[in-house]
Amino acid sequence: MKLLYYPGCTLKTSAKNLEKTAIEVTKALGHELVEMKDWNCCGVVASLTSDDLMRHLAPLRNLIHVEDEGENKVITLCDMCCNTLKQTNLRVKEKPEDLKTLNAFMDRENDYKGTVSVLHFLEFLRDEIGFATLKKKVKNPLKGIKIMPYYGCMLLRPREVSIDDPEEPTILSDLLRSLGAETVDNPFKIECCGSYNTVEQKEIVSRRAHRITSFALDQGADAIVLSCPLCRFNLDMRGKEAEKLFKGYKQIPVYYYTQLIAVSLGLDHSVYGFDQHVVDPTLLLKKKGILESRRIKI
Amino acid sequence: MKKKIEKNKKFSKIVFKKGGLAKEVEDLCGENLFGCYQCGTCSAGCPFVDDMDLAPDEVIRYVVLDRSEVLSSKTIWLCSSCFTCAERCPRDINITKIMEALRQIILRKKIDQSNPIKISKKERESIPQLAFVSLFRKNVG
Repeated sequence: MKLLYYPGCTLKTSAKNLEKTAIEVTKALGHELVEMKDWNCCGVVASLTSDDLMRHLAPLRNLIHVEDEGENKVITLCDMCCNTLKQTNLRVKEKPEDLKTLNAFMDRENDYKGTVSVLHFLEFLRDEIGFATLKKKVKNPLKGIKIMPYYGCMLLRPREVSIDDPEEPTILSDLLRSLGAETVDNPFKIECCGSYNTVEQKEIVSRRAHRITSFALDQGADAIVLSCPLCRFNLDMRGKEAEKLFKGYKQIPVYYYTQLIAVSLGLDHSVYGFDQHVVDPTLLLKKKGILESRRIKI
Repeated sequence: MKKKIEKNKKFSKIVFKKGGLAKEVEDLCGENLFGCYQCGTCSAGCPFVDDMDLAPDEVIRYVVLDRSEVLSSKTIWLCSSCFTCAERCPRDINITKIMEALRQIILRKKIDQSNPIKISKKERESIPQLAFVSLFRKNVG
């Protein structure tokens, strides 16, 4: 089955590995992710004021282009894109008068009819593939690794656009267990990583990364798994920088869930893209015998 | 109430009539600030509260009491809209939207909070794109 997907800016630059692994994993599961034509930036953060309709134009234009391609479903990989597209979609469905204004403004585009549903890739894996089916395809189970799933904010909040329970999500730990890994629970899994404060308040974000990771360390976790490119950067890069702030602290590797699916499905090493990480993610996998050490190139 | 925040001179041109601040915030965010009973749940769950000069529940109280020095607070710029407070508020007040409204009051007077030129080349190359887009959307009018 061909599935339309919306990449967004970061997947084309600093999170190429997330895109590549998701495409290859989908292929291995017998489907195909097709990039939508003529997409634009989603705006990353949804407008929260009642009168700021202009900020909904960018996400709405993407939804219109999904309709133009004759589809009623679009898959997103980035959490922030997913959240923004979902929030705009919800806003225009709840307030038809806003949709009228937005449609009237965009004179070069067709009118949005409101038929599109936005899905996160994780939702697609859970609801359309099923973790039980995924489990059957695992060739290289992640035995012996203790992983802390980290959800962050954008997958879960606001409640109306959440992909799981906003306070007690299980989607990532269910997924990881189906891949053969052991998961550790922790209360920081739904706390913000620091988000865009990483640009101007580096130290605050480093302290957040330390707080999240040190709890995982206390519980014996070997790694963190997440889905958002900004959380990856904050926990991985700013977490590494936290080593200078906190004596004796050592950052553990951070993976995208798609990378671990690719590893456990036994896909080729060339798709993993571990070279875009700061803390080397291959060492742990080699130590646990999941990756053969001689075949890795980073 | 103890004085906690330094008034920023940049904001002296933002003036309100009596009760005008709360009205402006309510108009922008559509939330009922007077419904807040100061339980502090928002502040207890806020991941940035340690670095804030006013806790989120104090921000609401300042607005309700018409104290416009709340606009000089660091809190409104530290909030990264993670919606934890909005999710947990027992009075169903979306505090995240209140923070956005306060930011918008300042930004709509053409007072930017971030300057793209000040970001170093090294950071421009290493930080993911979505961080910049969201920072400029939140901190630049």
